[in-house]
Amino acid sequence: MSETQVQTGHPEAEKPQFYLTEDHHPEGSTMLGFWLYLMSDCLIFAVLFATHGVLGRNYAAGPSPADLFDLPIVALNTAMLLFSSITYGFAMLQMERGDKVATLFWLAVTGVFGAIFLGLELYEFSHLIHEGAGPTRSAFLSSFFTLVGTHGLHVTFGIIWLITLMAQVAKRGLIPENRRRLMCLSMFWHFLDVVWIGVFSFVYLMGVLG
Amino acid sequence: MFGNTTLTQFLFGRLTFEAIPYHEPILVVTFIAVALGGLALLALITKYRLWGYLWREWFTSVDHKKIGIMYVVLALVMLLRGFADAIMMRLQQAIAFGGNEGYLNPHHYDQIFTAHGVIMIFFMAMPFVTGLMNFVVPLQIGARDVSFPFLNNFSFWMTTAGAIIIMMSLFVGEFARTGWLAYPPLSGADYSPGVGVDYYIWGLQVAGVGTTLSGINLIATIVKMRAPGMTFMKMPVFTWTSLCTNVLIVATFPILTATLALLSLDRYAGTNFFTNDLGGNPMMYVNLIWIWGHPEVYILVLPAFGIFSEVVATFCGKRLFGYASMVYATCVIMILSYIVWLHHFFTMGSGASVNAFFGITTMIISIPTGAKMFNWLFTMYRGRIRYEVPMYWTVGFMVTFVIGGMTGVMLAIPPADFVLHNSLFLIAHFHNVIIGGVVFGLMAGIVYWWPKAFGYKLDPFWGKVSFWFWLIGFYVAFMPLYVLGLMGVTRRVSQFEDPSLQIWFVIAAFGAVLIACGIGSFIIQLVVSFLKRDQLRETTGDPWDGRTLEWSTSSPPPDYNFAFTPVVHDHDSWYDMKSRGYERPMTGFKPIHMPKNTGTGVILAGISVVFAFAMIWYIWWLALVSFIALIATAIGHTFNYDRDFHIPAETVTATEDARSRLLAERT
Repeated sequence: MSETQVQTGHPEAEKPQFYLTEDHHPEGSTMLGFWLYLMSDCLIFAVLFATHGVLGRNYAAGPSPADLFDLPIVALNTAMLLFSSITYGFAMLQMERGDKVATLFWLAVTGVFGAIFLGLELYEFSHLIHEGAGPTRSAFLSSFFTLVGTHGLHVTFGIIWLITLMAQVAKRGLIPENRRRLMCLSMFWHFLDVVWIGVFSFVYLMGVLG
Repeated sequence: MFGNTTLTQFLFGRLTFEAIPYHEPILVVTFIAVALGGLALLALITKYRLWGYLWREWFTSVDHKKIGIMYVVLALVMLLRGFADAIMMRLQQAIAFGGNEGYLNPHHYDQIFTAHGVIMIFFMAMPFVTGLMNFVVPLQIGARDVSFPFLNNFSFWMTTAGAIIIMMSLFVGEFARTGWLAYPPLSGADYSPGVGVDYYIWGLQVAGVGTTLSGINLIATIVKMRAPGMTFMKMPVFTWTSLCTNVLIVATFPILTATLALLSLDRYAGTNFFTNDLGGNPMMYVNLIWIWGHPEVYILVLPAFGIFSEVVATFCGKRLFGYASMVYATCVIMILSYIVWLHHFFTMGSGASVNAFFGITTMIISIPTGAKMFNWLFTMYRGRIRYEVPMYWTVGFMVTFVIGGMTGVMLAIPPADFVLHNSLFLIAHFHNVIIGGVVFGLMAGIVYWWPKAFGYKLDPFWGKVSFWFWLIGFYVAFMPLYVLGLMGVTRRVSQFEDPSLQIWFVIAAFGAVLIACGIGSFIIQLVVSFLKRDQLRETTGDPWDGRTLEWSTSSPPPDYNFAFTPVVHDHDSWYDMKSRGYERPMTGFKPIHMPKNTGTGVILAGISVVFAFAMIWYIWWLALVSFIALIATAIGHTFNYDRDFHIPAETVTATEDARSRLLAERT
């Protein structure tokens, strides 16, 4: 009661500002939005990891990871992907300096590393299928091919996206829109790196340990 | 393998004339009715030359208000389809006794109960909720649009594309006969070799893309686009519940997507995730799908809670009781909803400890929900209550939802669940919370925000008629199912032996007829209100003496929502502005920066339908072509950098002056 009296008691209290007379520019939402998308993608990988965790030992009297995985090739593969992340970082540094040609150069190097990664992965897959260890052989192989293959598909889309962005940077230069897009792809690319470290550790290394 | 493939098989996959169900009289009649209705609609649009208008002003629009309205239209259309399924089931179960097989054979009946569940959840409730959030949230936070307007349009069309794919199954091929969650091994290639499950998978996958992206969009909007001064604890409660709902969407729909992708791999590529041999585990699917499925019911009901909170505060003329506790309760429900999924299959045999854990977490959810119920009651206590139609729905909800919540706690007790699992008691329970909670909330919301969207109120008489039919119809239709469930009758049965059960099914069918009258009255309400729109017109923009920012602008709001961005000092900010002598700005308008319309969303969604159809019918060449087209269109869209424009200051001034004149006429 006393509160209302206090309020009505001061009707002349200064009237606050209720609207902005200048244009209001909320800060950009793209990075947050893209980050949220990455987290939703992360959950897709979480499901695949969980499925592999549950089904990964169901060999159905078929081959086990120790019989199948060739760790040196996988290590080489991992190195390719990690290098591609470093070179993407170089591309971003050049972008910050505003050097269009150098940015494009490092993006191209990134794409080449990504393509080598994919080539090695496809080689590994075809080798396994030839040995009779295809995705239909056992629940373990179903989950292995799906988890690693989903990561590979992401890298494929990343490369298509990279080429698209290179065309756009070449055409329009490092304008704010393109910088924003390069930043999104950067997050995507590093995210795939992090996922791969999970794949390498949990699927390959711990798989071979048995 | 390809040696045996004829040209027809190459061109059409497994699609043949046998896929057209011309031997099912019910479907033929439905098809004729739908075709005639559709043709009439198309003819009318053509006659009145509305195609250009629809394309320019609606289909390609990136305006969150128009997209929200289109979502609700989709939801209402799908409500009619889903309800047609419901009343067919009620009729079948009321007559199929003692050797009478009823009018639906099991093959058809199983498709109907699957379609009913899928449509009501994914294509009625979800678009309805998303539509209201889309329309209301940017207005409540004082924003001009969502964070990603094009994405919003794309999301809507992907949801619609999913609905189209589901509807196609009615007339080309068949739908799944598995129940709405398509448990394997029944939904696997061995037991469901037809196209039904594939329609289910692709319909949900396409719509799921839209839902996930719309969730991301709305989170970014709420986090980044709030008006200056609106801290999190000054946000309207509906915006809070929308935030929590969209967090749940982004945190769970990818799980659904991945789970259905694994099921499709089992069906298409012969993998062994959920098969019975070679190491597969069907229970893995059941776990995964419910990790999505349980949060899903909170995705639906949290916005309804938000609507009731707005309605109660407005129509009691009081600040919501316990605003902070409401916010915390919402967040607690959001988190808890993620750790209760196993209560859907206590009978799986996980052991006493696991069942006890999930039983207890489930019961704990009733605490924050109960807190909300008391908050609404205490808001009404000593409030100056105005019994307008939204308030009817709210009070109806409070009574009905408490009953549904209590039967839910009963089901949360694992030993009781072993008796009640998959019985009609469960069916009665979840219809009790979904109709009593979600549907009543959406009805309250549509009556409450209709004047904001269209500039005139809905006719209260028909609104009340609709409410009473819905309320009484609900109790008559579902209370008998509680009784039957306690007697041990299980769900998804199309024929019965024991004649003593029949009377309960007849009562339930009568209840469904009452609900049909409720839906009919709602449609009459829309028509009558449209015809009487001049009498029901409201020019103030604030027909209910509202408390939040959406009521501070005109009805319908201009394209740019707010000529000047509002500054917020308190929650219930519009009430605060009114009580402290806010004066509407009349001069000094500036050009307003807005996004441009684009047709890319429609095109992408259209190609997705073609792609899904090709995958369902094994038309591989078409799948490949449409997939490439999809990627090419998406990439092509990114080469368009010209995406925004300015509304000139003169246009803004003219719009605002017109409103000033309307406001002046009233006084």
